[in-house]
Amino acid sequence: MIDLKEIKEIVQETKKEALEEQDILIYTLHKILDKIENNYIPDEVAKIVSEELKIPLSKVYEVLTFYTMFSTKPRGKYIIRVCTSLPCHVVNGREIIQAIKEELKIDFGQTTNDGLFTLEESSCLGLCGVSPVIMINQDYFGDLTPEKVKEILRKIKGGEKI
Amino acid sequence: MKPITVLVSVDSNSVLLGAKEFFKYLNELIKEHNLDSIVDLLETGTIGNYNGVTIAIMPDNVFYNVKTKEDVFRIFEEHILKGRRVLDLEIEKEKLLNLTAEKLPKEFKIVTRNIGAINPKDIKEYIARDGYFALAKALQMKPEQIIEEIKNSGLRGRGGAGFPTGLKWELTFKTPADQKYIVCNADEGEPGTYKDRLIMEGDPHSVIEAMVIAGYAVGATKGYIYIRGEYYGSVENLRKAIKDAYEYGFLGKNILNSNFNFDLSIRLGAGAYVCGEETALLESLEGRAGRPRLKPPYPPQSGLFGKPTVINNVETLANIPPIILKGSEWFKSIGTESSPGTKVFCFAGNLSNRGIVELPMGVKVKDLLVLSGGVSGSDNLKMIQTGGIAGTFISSEKFDTPLDYDSHAKYGVSLGSGVILGINDTHCAVDIALNVMKFFMHESCGKCTPCREGTRTAVKILEKISRFEGTEKDLEELIEIANFAKDTALCGLGQSFSVPLLSLINNFKEEFLDHIENKNCIANLCKKPEPKKKKSKTVK
Repeated sequence: MIDLKEIKEIVQETKKEALEEQDILIYTLHKILDKIENNYIPDEVAKIVSEELKIPLSKVYEVLTFYTMFSTKPRGKYIIRVCTSLPCHVVNGREIIQAIKEELKIDFGQTTNDGLFTLEESSCLGLCGVSPVIMINQDYFGDLTPEKVKEILRKIKGGEKI
Repeated sequence: MKPITVLVSVDSNSVLLGAKEFFKYLNELIKEHNLDSIVDLLETGTIGNYNGVTIAIMPDNVFYNVKTKEDVFRIFEEHILKGRRVLDLEIEKEKLLNLTAEKLPKEFKIVTRNIGAINPKDIKEYIARDGYFALAKALQMKPEQIIEEIKNSGLRGRGGAGFPTGLKWELTFKTPADQKYIVCNADEGEPGTYKDRLIMEGDPHSVIEAMVIAGYAVGATKGYIYIRGEYYGSVENLRKAIKDAYEYGFLGKNILNSNFNFDLSIRLGAGAYVCGEETALLESLEGRAGRPRLKPPYPPQSGLFGKPTVINNVETLANIPPIILKGSEWFKSIGTESSPGTKVFCFAGNLSNRGIVELPMGVKVKDLLVLSGGVSGSDNLKMIQTGGIAGTFISSEKFDTPLDYDSHAKYGVSLGSGVILGINDTHCAVDIALNVMKFFMHESCGKCTPCREGTRTAVKILEKISRFEGTEKDLEELIEIANFAKDTALCGLGQSFSVPLLSLINNFKEEFLDHIENKNCIANLCKKPEPKKKKSKTVK
């Protein structure tokens, strides 16, 4: 369950970092997202943000739907961001994507039935020194091979810390 | 020991020039003629010839410069089989030695001066290496003097566009306003670019120091670092650095007793490539979708919250403290006349040594390739992309180009953000073009039609060509779309997809035509939709 009181506190806390009144929306949404298990911003939370920051709800939704790191629908516990840009594409990125799709039996934009993983396409993650690269939540994984990436996913499924 | 030893140079440079292929071919010839017991074929490092692959024949002590398979065949037939020297391919010994002495450009560290040398989380280590000395010096100067110094240094924006930094500062300085801002563009997202990440992770204080100097120079008292939401490591180090800088009095009120105040805060992006475009970035900072604004007015006139704003890239800012400390004349003595200083290059893709290297402007593409260790694995280099995803695709005939901010206009090779992306010959130009255009389609913000619809249509056409269903008319349309968007799109993103697309079509036209006319993909990547189609063997 989402503790709405805690959300309000996060908004108030983040407000202190503002240099100008209107510079804090995206930053606040990031901080809230870190606290929500399913990696999304539910309606009731968006409303609180709108009220506390005095920003129209429509503007909050403009932001939530424009940026790929945000979502208005529940996502998996782990978000897998796969780089599909050229520096990863030319070093067998295609095979990595294939391996993940096979292992999780989902396509881009989908979540596994157990609610564990959401697979997302990402532009360059800025780790081209070790491409092909993926991110799982806040962790990076580089120099991947299909076997390596499958092993990482199996470990997470088995409840191992990564 | 066998009577004849043949050595082939397979150092990274030679490999780029086909050494592996020549070695294989020579091996085949030797086997075909049953000379296994007589000829020893060996791979070796560089023999000091940078113009081609070297084949040495011992004990005759003869060195050949080889450029094509025919050269290899002639050497085999004439020298190995018949014992006659092939004079026109021979390299004189003296020349060989001279070439060995030819030096590669040396790394020159300005931006990366502290990276790998200090603990980025300890402000004392930064101070120990003259950190915040430039700020102290700048605060003794008049704002006009600082701006003059930066203008005179010739420093140009390292984000890719190369706009003169001093001019940006001057314009902001001259616009009267009750509030001005300094924004650091740390929304690094140009595919293949990872220098800003490494600068922020390795030397965060250099960015902070530069921003305070910029603030003092133009009269801004507030600053933002707008950083990619995915760059967790950089955010962490910058946060710590800002906290420490406040504690030490380099940020906040009355900085170093100068009566100058400056506040700095971090803001995160949320996954939108277009926010690297400066006006889209401002929109995002103001809490909106990152859709670019119409220019003019430019940010120095009307930027963040409508106030005059300086927006500089991370690498640009990291140049500022050394320029203030050592002077603009020193800076101008490095690099080329039109683009003084250094550039941090990022090696990516099918290259052996992927990493960053800082070199004076004007370095040649081929030297960068040698430093990158050449192509990785056993395949040959097919092309490289310079400058990022919005940069140019070139093949070996342009490897002699010196890189600076004028090389795009002069030679059709862009410097951009400093990416050198190697692509080997297992790839096909159509597939590369498709990947590039899918990227732009995905990242188009949708505000203007030439970009939104242009990228979409280009992807559709390229998919058609990759299915071998394309026509020459499709290719013409692709060129038209690119040119149209170049002239009419609203922002840099939409205007720039023409660069990679057109350079691929121009430099690899025969491959596009091969797909269209012969229904053939040289890399065997593109396939007809029917699953039963037999694979045709790749030629060459």
